[in-house]
Amino acid sequence: MTDATTTHVPAPEAVAEFVGATKRFGDVLAADRIDLRIRRGEFLSFLGPSGCGKTTALRMLAGFESPTEGEVLIDGRDVSAVPAHKRPVNMVFQHYALFPHMTVAQNVGYGLRQRRPRLPKREIELKVAKALATVRLADFGPRRIWEMSGGQQQRVALARAIVNEPKILLLDEPMAALDAKLRGEMQRELLELQRSLGITFVLVTHDQEEALAMSDRICIMGKGRIAQVGTPQELYDRPRSRYVADFVGKANIVSGQITGRQGGLAQAVLGNGVKVVLRDEPGDDRTTTEIAVRPEALGLAARDSAVPAGTAVVPARVTHRTFLGDHTEYLLAADGLGQMQVNVPRQAERALGGHDVGALVHVLWPEGTGLVLAVDD
Amino acid sequence: MTQSRARALLLTPAGLWYAAMLLLPLAVVLIFSFGERSAIGGYAPGFTFEQYANLPARFAAFRNTLTLAPVGTLAALLIAYPLAYFLAVKVSPKWKTMLLVLVIVPFWTSILIRSYAWIFLLGGKGIPALLEVIGLDDVRLLNTPFAVLVGIVYGYLPLMVFPIYVALEKLDKRLLEAAADLGTPPWRAFLQITLPLSMPGVLTGSMLVFILLMGEFLIPAILGGGKVFFVGNALVDLFLQSRNWAFGSAVAVALVVVMLITVGIYTRLVKRFGASRDDVGLM
Ligand SMILES: Nc1ncnc2c1ncn2[C@@H]1O[C@H](COP(=O)(O)OP(=O)(O)O)[C@@H](O)[C@H]1O
Ligand SMILES: [Mg+2]
Repeated sequence: MTDATTTHVPAPEAVAEFVGATKRFGDVLAADRIDLRIRRGEFLSFLGPSGCGKTTALRMLAGFESPTEGEVLIDGRDVSAVPAHKRPVNMVFQHYALFPHMTVAQNVGYGLRQRRPRLPKREIELKVAKALATVRLADFGPRRIWEMSGGQQQRVALARAIVNEPKILLLDEPMAALDAKLRGEMQRELLELQRSLGITFVLVTHDQEEALAMSDRICIMGKGRIAQVGTPQELYDRPRSRYVADFVGKANIVSGQITGRQGGLAQAVLGNGVKVVLRDEPGDDRTTTEIAVRPEALGLAARDSAVPAGTAVVPARVTHRTFLGDHTEYLLAADGLGQMQVNVPRQAERALGGHDVGALVHVLWPEGTGLVLAVDD
Repeated sequence: MTQSRARALLLTPAGLWYAAMLLLPLAVVLIFSFGERSAIGGYAPGFTFEQYANLPARFAAFRNTLTLAPVGTLAALLIAYPLAYFLAVKVSPKWKTMLLVLVIVPFWTSILIRSYAWIFLLGGKGIPALLEVIGLDDVRLLNTPFAVLVGIVYGYLPLMVFPIYVALEKLDKRLLEAAADLGTPPWRAFLQITLPLSMPGVLTGSMLVFILLMGEFLIPAILGGGKVFFVGNALVDLFLQSRNWAFGSAVAVALVVVMLITVGIYTRLVKRFGASRDDVGLM
């Protein structure tokens, strides 16, 4: 690790960087050797369950925690020793942390009033008015904080941060306290804001839908470590571990013996003897691996119906059937594999007919479906 | 039950109490203050402004009260604030309860006994004797305004510490992080965030201590040695020693008026200072 920190060359396109950043609180390892480049202008999310170290990572960027080991760089410069009030980043706090003894306008102008040398009063007023207009609170400047609703307070917090034109805007679960409808609205507004300001946004959330909907890239965390970084599509299509496959969408995980591999495909024998062909992990030479397959990638057919060529079949029995409008969710007891889930689109079910609970069926596993997981966990 | 009936019921006990225990005695005092001293002492009915005309005779008592009460309040505030800040912000939770108990421990014995302890400390064999060792001869502490000041600050400090402690304790620490995040160094954040948000505690504590100091008589009697007396001492003297109830009543009325005026000015200042909704005070 010391090697990495001393020979590390900052990447020019990175606005910020974690280099082996580790944070301990006594015995708790809140962040464990985090390596991450945050690209200029991107919308990056830290996603993970509560307590996995997302906030800690964010707070190391903001300057409220300094790494126990490793470095945090902003614009290529190690900021480990730079206190929060001297960092060119601003944060929207989880519960907003607005100043109760100031008006909305005073809150928004707070950061500008801290500049030394001082900014002219007129300039501060103009910037505050512009920021308030940006978050659609133009007429609310003289209001008191307690007169504002939760959604409005959130926008005040946003305005208070962006008015300073930070290099990075940090957002810690900003939508957690909003109701579902407001949350969707706010997500769209945040995205528009990010596009129009061109500021790098780093969001912390435990809500996978929120992360998928908003992010250019997602950094999935578990137990203080980065599990995987990628675009929402990459994470969904090529999860590297069971943890990621489970966290982003739903996945069937089964174990298999690899019997051959070529051209990005692997032949595998599942625990119950069924042979399938799936996407391989490049450079992998393990023989026993875990395999992930999405519920919507599989199909269902009655036992007596014909099976298309190249499609493997797993005999199974339907245990639950849930109609969800655009698709139907089947839970099945698969012979030798345990529980599996298959989602059948409404269209297909209408054409081919549904299956009742208790029905004996075949789970259809088309060639090239499923994925060898790169990491066992 | 209707709103107004519930309100009436809730307010009745306090209302009756105040009528019987506050307004009635005040009325009696007011009536007495226009009367005369009877030949054998006590009160003789009458209607005269003579007692009020005599008030300047007790000028020293008013002067002492009106200087030492504000100065004592200010001194207590200056000592209590750092202590409360330390207790609320700096001390680890492990030690907090114990230290808070230590602040109240003096209340476990009577102020009378504790003030007598100060007689020894400030008297010839106490601190002055120590000062002599380092070459400061003939320092007189006992029976001076300073002794009274020490006594009242010591006696009323916990009453100042607690409201400030409560205000600081409930201050959201994330506000300070927000201030830092927005570019404020710690000392400036203290002035801009911590201090204004702890004002309700400061105002409550100051009001509490100030009002009690205005009526104080025990500490000046013990540590002032009859030289530094408060209006409270004048009242004790007039009612119990010289038994001039009429004049005593006039002095008492004057004290109430002075108190109302100062508290009124103070409240006015506080309102102007910042009318935040969660201001808890005595107002
Ligand atoms: N100041 C702190 N002192 C002690 N432990 C902490 C502190 N902050 C965070 N932790 C611990 O570090 C771990 C990660 O916390 P956090 O970064 O807040 O997680 P998340 O934001 O993902 O929910 C948790 O186990 C938490 O209890
Ligand atoms: Mg968190």
